[in-house]
Amino acid sequence: MNNKRITVKNMTDKEYFFGHKACAGCGGSLAVRLALKVFGDRTFAALPAGCMSAVGFIYPQMAFLNNAIISTFPGTGSMLSGMRAGLDALGIKDTHVVGFAGDGGTADIGLQALSGAIDREEKIIYICYDNEAYMNTGVQKSSLTPYGARTTTSPAGENLPGSVMHKKNLFEIVAAHDIAYAATASVGYPQDYLNKLSKAALVEGTSYIHIYATCPTGWGTPTETSVSLAKEAVDSGLWYLAEYENGEFTLNRRPKEFFPVKEHLLKQGRFKHLKDSDIRIIEEARDKKWKRMLEHWK
Amino acid sequence: MMHNHKNESVFVSGDEAVALGVRLSRPHVISAYPITPQTIVVERLSEMVEDGSLVARYIHVESEHSAMSAAMGASSVGARAFTATSSQGLLYMAEGLHYASGGRMPIVMMNANRSLALPWSIFGDHRDSMSMLDSGWIQVYVEDAQEALDMTIQAYRIAEDSSVLTPLMINLDGFILTHTYELVEVPPQEEVDSYLPPFSTPNKMSLEDPKSMGFSTSPADNMEFKYQQHKAMMDSREVIKQADKEYAEIFGRSYNGLIDCYQCDNAEYILVTAGSVTGTARVAVDSMRSKGIKAGVLRIRFMRPFPEQEVRNTLAGAASYGVLDKDISFGYEGTMFTNVNSALSGTAHIPRGINFIGGLGGRDISVQDIEEMFEALRLCPAHDYTEYRKNRIRFVNMGVSIHE
Repeated sequence: MNNKRITVKNMTDKEYFFGHKACAGCGGSLAVRLALKVFGDRTFAALPAGCMSAVGFIYPQMAFLNNAIISTFPGTGSMLSGMRAGLDALGIKDTHVVGFAGDGGTADIGLQALSGAIDREEKIIYICYDNEAYMNTGVQKSSLTPYGARTTTSPAGENLPGSVMHKKNLFEIVAAHDIAYAATASVGYPQDYLNKLSKAALVEGTSYIHIYATCPTGWGTPTETSVSLAKEAVDSGLWYLAEYENGEFTLNRRPKEFFPVKEHLLKQGRFKHLKDSDIRIIEEARDKKWKRMLEHWK
Repeated sequence: MMHNHKNESVFVSGDEAVALGVRLSRPHVISAYPITPQTIVVERLSEMVEDGSLVARYIHVESEHSAMSAAMGASSVGARAFTATSSQGLLYMAEGLHYASGGRMPIVMMNANRSLALPWSIFGDHRDSMSMLDSGWIQVYVEDAQEALDMTIQAYRIAEDSSVLTPLMINLDGFILTHTYELVEVPPQEEVDSYLPPFSTPNKMSLEDPKSMGFSTSPADNMEFKYQQHKAMMDSREVIKQADKEYAEIFGRSYNGLIDCYQCDNAEYILVTAGSVTGTARVAVDSMRSKGIKAGVLRIRFMRPFPEQEVRNTLAGAASYGVLDKDISFGYEGTMFTNVNSALSGTAHIPRGINFIGGLGGRDISVQDIEEMFEALRLCPAHDYTEYRKNRIRFVNMGVSIHE
């Protein structure tokens, strides 16, 4: 494992995740693909029930070049622990043990196992591809679904604006374990993601990357805007690029002025119904969050 | 306290006997979450890892679900894994049980048989493991601490056999076995090593031959995998017998394979049991025999694979049989009774059977209780059919409080 900065220009041509059945424009599959290009052949991956396991392991057509296994839905963190323990006990060296789980598999049903794995300081890398709902089962609300998003279990109508809850603050929940390394990323900022993957690969302990991953199918967006939308989410301040290490938070990107929230949201089918009053609620929540981040984070 | 010397005899509980058996089996990974009355197993194993007498990775997991999940992670890379649970914990990891067996991961787990809530009870019965009978695990019920140790070693031999590759659950009656101290022979490590080869499986992720595991199937393929699971479990019957035979050759102790009979050869009245109550039943058999009544006990050791043929052959000649279930499938009968009846179906002469439901939530079953069961078995062939059917399911010791 080398320390050289991996860029889009020098990254390997080798593909580790291909031939899968993910939707066109899937941000999650892009997050997995790039990560494996950084982690390489000696990667043992576990993926719980969710989009990437559903599209990548349909017998007999397996989409991973490296070793990979579907874990139970709640058990990604603990299966990774078992894999790491097994590899270490067998003396199999220089391996990456990596989890790829969606927002539901991470922030909801898998949170207990993730917390346990971080607490044990396992040498594992956990990547949450956050497409902001249970997409594999057909777009149901998760605790990472943002305010105002229409899902099939948070319908928008006369009485409700879609999801009435804001996104669970998972990045800081993970950081509160005093994890060795945690970061947020976006498929709209691939170099930032590659840097963080490279860093995670070298961490002696647990690392966690929470990557914002577009879902054209669930969000009602054109497939060709997946990258630009994920970039815009950061530029509008609704998502942020940050790191946690050595007990400190760092903001990696501070937009001088935010991309207009309304313009960003109304490009997405899931937010089309939002009233100006809803947009204001979203902006206020964003501003509160950014005030805190700018005051307390590096 | 439990250091291993050649041909050592130690005074240990059932839980400790399992821990000793685990250490002798040289697992790579132990995932541990405590639950009464299993706790002593994971406590002793942690001490063995601490003092260096057991070289294994000990994972403090945050739930039983994760205990099974971590064991599967270890098994999936080719490591030998052990975990232990009980009762609510077993049910909490239920999805993992099916997962491990479907993934053909030969994990060995000890289950301290304990009642299920509600009402809460920490005491023993078989409702936890019996409810997991269809999870694809080999299930053995041991009778004493020695058998617990011996079966732990045999468990890996059976589960990891290339024709089996199926996880195995060793059941010990909560408290009655887990917490009772007995003299146990601890075999020397070298002999265990000669009996139990290192774990080797084609069914693992490896750098030499990368694999995708735990995949999904379409309806076009799923049944073939389930058929193979069933076949492996059926094939395990011979492997279990062979494992017992070779164990006896090396260590001098045999448990007779799938079932263990006492005075069954010419018995007219046979009681079918599982686990620790068998010892009590043997005393009752001796008492009945002293009165000239031909009683016997058939102890079911393995509930899965079910010893269909052995049960049929043993019971077919009896005048009547009883099945003592520490379990009930509400709305029907005890699960062992159902299985025994199914084994007998289609035979020319089917003796009458009575299901005794006893020991739920840890209620005591005495020698006298079992003698009364034999008395009932003596009377039932003469009853008219309607009368017999009406009293076919009987609750032992119902409404009787025990004052000692």
